[in-house]
Amino acid sequence: MQEGAGDPQLYDYAPYRGRKKVVWPGGKTVAVWVAPNLEYYEIDPPAHPKRKAWARPHPDVVGYSHRDHSNRVSHWRMAEVMSKHGFPGSVSLSVALCQHHPEVVADGAARGWEFFSHGIYNTRYAYEMSEDQERAIIADSIRTVREATGQTIRGWLAPALTHTPRTLDLIAEMGLDYTCDLYHDDQVQEVKVRSGRLASIPYSLEVNDHYGFFVYNMSGREYADTLIRQFERLAAEGEASGTVMCIPLHAYLIGQPHRIGPFEEALRHIAADGRAWIARAGEIIDAWRAQA
Amino acid sequence: MTLDPAYLEYPKRRHGYDHDLYAWSALHERPSVKWPQGSVAVWVCVSLEWFPIVPGGAFAAPGHMQTAYPDYRHYTARDYGNRVGAWRFLDALARAGAKASFATNAAVAERYPELVRAVLDGGHELIAHSTDMNGTIDSSLAANAERDLINDAIHRIKLASGVRPTGWLSIARSQSFNTLNLLKDIGLTYCCDWVNDEMPYHFTNGLINLPLNHELSDRTIIAVQQQSADSWAQSLEDAFDWLAAEAAATGSGRMLPIHVTPYIMGLPYRIAAFERLLERLSQRSECWFARGDQIVSSWEAQQ
Repeated sequence: MQEGAGDPQLYDYAPYRGRKKVVWPGGKTVAVWVAPNLEYYEIDPPAHPKRKAWARPHPDVVGYSHRDHSNRVSHWRMAEVMSKHGFPGSVSLSVALCQHHPEVVADGAARGWEFFSHGIYNTRYAYEMSEDQERAIIADSIRTVREATGQTIRGWLAPALTHTPRTLDLIAEMGLDYTCDLYHDDQVQEVKVRSGRLASIPYSLEVNDHYGFFVYNMSGREYADTLIRQFERLAAEGEASGTVMCIPLHAYLIGQPHRIGPFEEALRHIAADGRAWIARAGEIIDAWRAQA
Repeated sequence: MTLDPAYLEYPKRRHGYDHDLYAWSALHERPSVKWPQGSVAVWVCVSLEWFPIVPGGAFAAPGHMQTAYPDYRHYTARDYGNRVGAWRFLDALARAGAKASFATNAAVAERYPELVRAVLDGGHELIAHSTDMNGTIDSSLAANAERDLINDAIHRIKLASGVRPTGWLSIARSQSFNTLNLLKDIGLTYCCDWVNDEMPYHFTNGLINLPLNHELSDRTIIAVQQQSADSWAQSLEDAFDWLAAEAAATGSGRMLPIHVTPYIMGLPYRIAAFERLLERLSQRSECWFARGDQIVSSWEAQQ
């Protein structure tokens, strides 16, 4: 991006009407991918000049232990429901989880999930990193996930959605080919980077379980209904040109006992509909590149 | 721009946690637990809170005064819970045959002995819940001051009620890094502050955590997320259904905490949702209504 410019100039304007037709494998109209965030939050991370890791009070027992619920309890519940209905995960991974709780990472790998990086910890922020510092966390991510799973990461969801003006250029330069950090479309789009190519895959803030439960204050049942409505619309519009629906999750939210039942019903609905191409992020990028 | 190089150092990046407070383990890998009856221990926990009209403490407790002094509006609206709401809870619990835990400020035990006597006469448990709603804890509280606060709360509850609690609930479930050792040193068995699990577990120092799910509390669903009392009750029933199915599938007991606040759920237009929930759960064969201390002792006997 051009630092200091009002428009960060990440992509060209592309009107939704009259786009080239994208067709997903099997003639499906909407590519559906599920993105569990497998995260590690530190209890007492070093202070960042631009952002506090935890709200008062310190230590944030509820904040920390709520997120820890993912790794101890709710990941396993969420993952089981996904597998049962045929949804692989494309994981935004705090890569330090490979050290802290390798059992969780191994579980995802054994289920055939794809891993991309969500930074080292979700309590370390990229703002104000130098180019070398940012290269170091990208290289750490590539190395750590490769050692833990054998996979080479292809994507990036910035730690706690924190960036520098160089982030997208650097991940493209270092061999990654998709970003989940831009929310400007319901189809895959090209991102303008300094070198190489980078695709923006639709992630979603709006149907992220975090927004559902903590911004829009939905019940588990309301959130499940939201997912179904999102799916129905995108599946219908995808007849003109294939759309993408992302379901971003946090086990400590969706895997709570009062929400997981309704969520399972939403997955059952989407899987049974017949219009969904249920895929991993990298497969969606590949199918799009083949037609772009 | 460059961050301090220390910001990119990770000295606690290792197997397990970035602290030594408790050990890493996943629920599904632990041995099965059987409850004395049923498969889902339903733990109703009621908070009995007195908010001084002059706020104090390390931070403002959720629900504390909000206007300039004197905030009669919030002082009296909170006190309604002790005068009226809690009594509705006692009747509802008795009708459902449910024994519950009452997390009680020392000030409530002293100020409202009739209420605490009714709680004990109903077969319910007192959990120590600090001195009053100014008795908050975080890392800004000196260790000596925190020790005094905890001792004071336990001592005053014992003096006023005749009962020495074995459990502790911090205000807003907030602790310092000293709290676990202070609670252990004073001889308590368990605390309810950490929400990272759905079964009891041991801290490194031997104290037990009995997780009180904050997401299912009336405060979160009704006061924060602004859903209806019926939506709250529906969520709890959905949770019960899921946990009962999980217990059947895994052969291990599960627990469901129901955390309610007299000034929230005890209002006339909401209380029926609570009554209906208890009644419906009481008709389920999987349901074991239990106090916190009963769940802890049943669990510990099987470790």
